[in-house]
Amino acid sequence: MTDAVLNSPISAAAPRTSAWSRGFAHFRYVMTSNPVTFLAFVMLAAMIAVAVFGPSLVPHDPLATAADKALKPPTWQHWFGTDQLGRDVFSRVVVATRLDLLISVSAVALSFVCGALMGACAGYWGGWFDKLSGRMLDTIMAFPLFVLAMGIVAAAGNTIQNIVIATAIINLPFYARVARAEVSIRRNAGYVQAARLSGNSELRILIAKILPNTLPPMMVQLSLNMGWAILNAAGLSFIGLGVRPPTAEWGIMVAEGANYIVSGEWWLALFPGAALMLAVFTFNLLGDGLRDLVDPQRRT
Amino acid sequence: MSTHLHNPPLLAVRDLCVEFATRKGPVTAVRSVNLQVAKGETLGIVGESGSGKSVTSYAVMRILDRAGRIVSGGIEFGGMQLHDAPEDMMSDLRGREISMIFQNPRAALNPIRTVGKQIEDVLIRHAQATHDQAKAKAIEALERVRIRDAARRYHAYPFELSGGMCQRVVIAIALACKPQLLIADEPTTGLDVTTQKAVMELVRELTRSEGMSTLLITHDLGLAGEYCDRIVVMEKGEVVEQQDTAKLFTAPAHPYTRRLIRSTPHAAATIRDLLPDDLRLPLPPTMIVSAEPLLEVKNMVKQFDAPGGMLQLLRNRGKKEAGYRAVDNVSFSIARGESVGLVGESGCGKSTTSAMVMRLLDATAGSIRFKGQELTAVTAAAFARSPLRRELQMVFQDPHESLNPRATAAQSIADPLLRLEGMTNSAEIRARVEALATQVGLQHELLDRLPHQLSGGQKARVGIARAISTKPELLILDEPTAALDVSVQAVVLNLLADLKAEFGMSYLFVSHDLEVVRLLCDRVIVMRAGSIVESGPTASVLSSPQAEYTRELLAAIPRPAHLPSHTAPVVEAVRA
Repeated sequence: MTDAVLNSPISAAAPRTSAWSRGFAHFRYVMTSNPVTFLAFVMLAAMIAVAVFGPSLVPHDPLATAADKALKPPTWQHWFGTDQLGRDVFSRVVVATRLDLLISVSAVALSFVCGALMGACAGYWGGWFDKLSGRMLDTIMAFPLFVLAMGIVAAAGNTIQNIVIATAIINLPFYARVARAEVSIRRNAGYVQAARLSGNSELRILIAKILPNTLPPMMVQLSLNMGWAILNAAGLSFIGLGVRPPTAEWGIMVAEGANYIVSGEWWLALFPGAALMLAVFTFNLLGDGLRDLVDPQRRT
Repeated sequence: MSTHLHNPPLLAVRDLCVEFATRKGPVTAVRSVNLQVAKGETLGIVGESGSGKSVTSYAVMRILDRAGRIVSGGIEFGGMQLHDAPEDMMSDLRGREISMIFQNPRAALNPIRTVGKQIEDVLIRHAQATHDQAKAKAIEALERVRIRDAARRYHAYPFELSGGMCQRVVIAIALACKPQLLIADEPTTGLDVTTQKAVMELVRELTRSEGMSTLLITHDLGLAGEYCDRIVVMEKGEVVEQQDTAKLFTAPAHPYTRRLIRSTPHAAATIRDLLPDDLRLPLPPTMIVSAEPLLEVKNMVKQFDAPGGMLQLLRNRGKKEAGYRAVDNVSFSIARGESVGLVGESGCGKSTTSAMVMRLLDATAGSIRFKGQELTAVTAAAFARSPLRRELQMVFQDPHESLNPRATAAQSIADPLLRLEGMTNSAEIRARVEALATQVGLQHELLDRLPHQLSGGQKARVGIARAISTKPELLILDEPTAALDVSVQAVVLNLLADLKAEFGMSYLFVSHDLEVVRLLCDRVIVMRAGSIVESGPTASVLSSPQAEYTRELLAAIPRPAHLPSHTAPVVEAVRA
């Protein structure tokens, strides 16, 4: 009733505009209607810029050691101070952004694609595949996830590729479950029946008609998982698995810096830790905005 | 109203304005509405969707959602000012002095509490009962709404009860504290006609015996005419007419009221009578119905197996448990150019029947022959690739739900063209889509809109355009107007009649509304509990029904005494 009141006054003579400009107008609306979303997207853009251009802009070589400048507190020359080997912490924090983002984005993308497909098939056709994949996901969930990731990396070998795969595997159940639930409630919706009458094959109905409609809740899951994935990658490095020193990576830097907090050199762990926190914060804030962007109901 | 001057009205709404904050600035939903309800009176508010009738009642209860606010005007109830009353006073009044019955009884009940407990909650909240007597009082309340075996039903969960039973429980909750005013917001929408009759009569009896006032909000003029003393007609947030029921029907003053009465199918002799005068066209030429059947259904059965879990699967390996027969031995035929109505209440198997004919569902047994070819030879899953797919199309019940929320109107209409006609040239497709849009009366600039940006009638047109895009020979219409306003329904029904004449299609019209079937169909089939109880030419079945059940259905249709009933005979198809 209320909806009818709110939706009815649309002028019939709205000019036809291109999909791009309508998309942009919608993006602008989502940004301006919610300042938090706007902040999150600005922070994301800044983070991506740092990841892309950071390594060529940093004032110092992140790997260059200088024994005479070891453990110096922040100065104008070294904004975040120097570490036990005299390396510039600021440069290392900036350079690490690319690696950390790369690991988390590829891990999340991998689990998003695999999980969505698996869950969608399970939700659409049900049957033995549903039962099998459901029990498999339960098995994954039965382990403490971080311990499982540790086990996978320790067993498969200490490479970036394995960190990505391990992170993807532990995140898989979340996507698969959301996708399964969202697809199964839509599998006999009116528009799906109509698509059947229009001669669409079952696979096309699933991929082209149902999956896009499950995007909004998946997007929220995606942004939350991005934060976890970054923490997970850093956590693995922290305990000595995954990325190995001297590569600049937030987790290792926090791990190494932790030894020096007691003796008063706080800047070693604080700055990479703050970067990590900022990244997780950004991704968590992003969720609602991403959902609003992909939800057609939000458009007018 | 002068007649109510002697004793002050129970509820008086004065110059009420309600606004909603939207993305495009504030929208006025209700504009200076004045109405009064006297003690013991039943007032109907009638209007189409968007008329502000529900918003008015929400404002009285002060349960507008966050975007809405009362901008100006006053609401006086029994001497109290409600429009600016504090929330704690309102929550005390709600349920005790003013109660509400909502449209969807299942949604209004808490699904994880037994119905008895939910009645107790209200009683205890308003100090009408202590914890020890609450149960007895709740059972008494259930008995009052005539729920049989009330002591046992007390422990039932809402999902264990039928829709009509749930609505009775909602009424029991609403009346538990003997309020002075009962607001019923579309209390019977979604219920079957026979259930509707039972529920409405119950409400009338209970409110009369307690001397309560009722505010009945409905889109159905017939329902309001039968149960209300006075009727307020609303359009676009404004009251256009306020009149005693008899006078409203015999001498409607406002053109909108006249149009509304005209659109109601009860009084119409032909389908064109539903339209306002300036839109009336000559009747579509009567179709020549050929003797040769287009569709022949013989002994069709659909059995749904009892749901089995893992344990059950292990326990009775091999042996099948008796399931539920949704459709039991149904046979009928549709001739070329004929339109056949399939009528019955919810759960009678009419939708299952149409889904099987449409090849969305496999029949358990029986044969379906279309143009001499056996359809059951191809499974429903593989039918998408059959050349017959384009001959069998369907218009769905809910125009909103049957459109992909991410696809524009043009994309939805083009879908069958792409898949079934194999069209690839986008300019050609666009031209065909625009031609179809013209045929169903949809403006071309609406084609790039997403479903939620279209009105109900526009969405219905998109659904029809999609269904006729491949020029099917048989079109199944599954309650195509059930979700539409009467004036929109009038236009859509006429559109369907014109399209049928233009393309020479046959219709299987699935509906629960006998009045609509009377106007559109040559023959009618009445179904109950999975089997056909009666079938024959529409005129004879509706005027002299043979089966007891058909008579019951006909009697349950609300027919206000003041409405002129149709006299002209139903247009009968010429049999060649």
